Amino acid sequence: MNIHEYQAKALLEKFGVAVPKGVAARSPAEFEPALAQFPEGPVVVKAQLHAGGRGKGTFTDGFKGGVKIAQTKAEALEYAKRMFGNTLVTVQTGPAGRKVQTIYFTVPCQIEKEYYLAILLDRVTSRPVLVASTEGGVEIEAVAANTPEKIFKIHVDPAVGLQAYQARQLAFQLGLTGDYFKNAVKLINALYRAWWESDATMVEINPLIATAGGGILALDAKVALDDNALFRHPDLEALRDLNEEDPKETEAAKYSLNYIALDGNIACLVNGAGLAMSTMDIIKHYGGNPANFLDVGGGASKEQVQAAFKIILTDPQVKGILVNIFGGIMDCNTIAQGVAAAARETGLSLPLVVRLEGNNVAAGKQTLAESGLKIESADSMADAAQKIVKLVAA
Amino acid sequence: MSILVTSKTQVLVQGITGEFGARHTRLSLDYGTKIVAGVTPGKGGQFFEHKKHRVPIFNTVADAVAATGATASAVFVPPAFAADAILEGVANKLELVVAITEGIPVRDMIRVKRAMAGSATRLIGPNCPGIVTPGKGKNSRGGCRIGISPGYIHKKGSVGIVSRSGTLTYEAVWQVTCKGLGQSTCVGIGGDPVPGLSHLDIIKLFAADRNTKGIILIGEIGGTAEVEAARWIKEHCAKPVAGFIAGATAPKGRRMGHAGAVIGGKEDTAAAKIAIFKECGIEVAATPSDMADALLRAAQAKGVSLE
Repeated sequence: MNIHEYQAKALLEKFGVAVPKGVAARSPAEFEPALAQFPEGPVVVKAQLHAGGRGKGTFTDGFKGGVKIAQTKAEALEYAKRMFGNTLVTVQTGPAGRKVQTIYFTVPCQIEKEYYLAILLDRVTSRPVLVASTEGGVEIEAVAANTPEKIFKIHVDPAVGLQAYQARQLAFQLGLTGDYFKNAVKLINALYRAWWESDATMVEINPLIATAGGGILALDAKVALDDNALFRHPDLEALRDLNEEDPKETEAAKYSLNYIALDGNIACLVNGAGLAMSTMDIIKHYGGNPANFLDVGGGASKEQVQAAFKIILTDPQVKGILVNIFGGIMDCNTIAQGVAAAARETGLSLPLVVRLEGNNVAAGKQTLAESGLKIESADSMADAAQKIVKLVAA
Repeated sequence: MSILVTSKTQVLVQGITGEFGARHTRLSLDYGTKIVAGVTPGKGGQFFEHKKHRVPIFNTVADAVAATGATASAVFVPPAFAADAILEGVANKLELVVAITEGIPVRDMIRVKRAMAGSATRLIGPNCPGIVTPGKGKNSRGGCRIGISPGYIHKKGSVGIVSRSGTLTYEAVWQVTCKGLGQSTCVGIGGDPVPGLSHLDIIKLFAADRNTKGIILIGEIGGTAEVEAARWIKEHCAKPVAGFIAGATAPKGRRMGHAGAVIGGKEDTAAAKIAIFKECGIEVAATPSDMADALLRAAQAKGVSLE
């Protein structure tokens, strides 16, 4: 689960990570009370989205920039009004952009130098890894590609946690001395504690900045939380922003369906994540374009199949549906009955190809044939994909 | 032959009385698996009954092992408690723990993996369909099924299959069975970012197993485990290997069902892995329908019979 910059900073601050003072406003009514907490003078106005590239983004009405430095509080208020409720397009939102529903005001900082600091899981060692670089404020992938020697990594032994000497090592590698060094060590320790105790999958500070007089602050913060651990963090689960999620995905989750919207026109309904991914792949292989990833999971009850159909059909781009079920323990006939009921209930008129394999497949195929609905059966995944691509193209 | 489990392996089930554990214990017993004990804290002294089977239930893994000599465990325990169940199996020096549970927090598995360092116990999973060594009986009964895979799709034979996925694995198994071939052992290592045994760990076992003549390696986006396996295969494995990577069409940064199926950078995309497979002499299945055929091509190229 992702959270907004303002939420990430509030979370990190609780663990003792130094962040610039900031106040979020979730509605225009909150702008003035928020700004009242700042002294007269420059204020940074930041649109809040679960997406990077906000500074360089453009709003759909032409207003440029999702991060603005206002010279006065009055100007800050104007920027906030322009941004709120407006749709911001960045390199990460996709061309449609996303509506901004929260504004974050922060104090401007005198930046002496920008660094990079992140904590994530290293999948090779199954250990936490801290990644730091003297090249902050830019794409870390570019740094890794061009100047990998400027990236420093520390692996943490989970048996003992982040050790003081490791935090020092990283701070020395970043070339820090004096108060900068002390504050960096403090921040690194606090950041690790935040990452570990919040069950985060990733915490990324880009840029981490040095300010006049020895300050080290997180100027931006991106936090991603482990979905599997949210059950033990109800306070973090409460930070979920449904506006940042596709409503179809939210609806699917209610039925324990795993749904991800894509931009094609052939919808899929599959049991199992690997099989679902490869169903999308084989559709593409035969010239089609998948509209979604949808894993109904191991249960795939009649109710879930029906819910899945309804969700699929709320996508106006869908021109055909491919159902690919490998009934292991699941009975293929149960799935077939669910598919037929769903097609009937939704008054489905789009092409529907169903490929069933596994337990009781003969009875399942018969149910579909006798349903009186226009359902095309397929034998292999290749057969199914080719059929649906052809029907949709027609 | 097989790897890791045989028709004689004695299995205990942690979480045997839960609905999920019970259902699959029944199916495994029907398959011929030697389930000799169940563990559910507080239900020690009771019995799990299914047809003519009467499986004793114990409060702890220690009690179960002392009474029955079980050497392998199936963990069907809910996510909040599953890491604990795995550690209990490890502490009791089981040879194999198969963790079926999906949804274990990553932090818990980071700790489990660290705690297991130096232990001889092998962990498969979590978030996996488990392991099957097919038997000689009807619908491959008489073998060992630990987990949730459908037994009947298997057939005793010489193809080793290793995969992160569940139903996609069944797809490969069924394709092989339909060609009249069979499997030595099928291992689902699971879809999580911190797994027990990796693709490479299993490949090494297949390479050393005299009855495994060909291997199918199924992977997906996220992490670089398949690449590590491919590079080892190039240097050390003479047996024919076919590979498939799911997720060529997955968008970057999204979790595609499996917690571990997230593209992080350039190296863990499907395209990157497929390219490396080819470099390493692995025959790549162009589509999921092509997995058994890809292995046949690889076997033919090496003049190996998979019969």
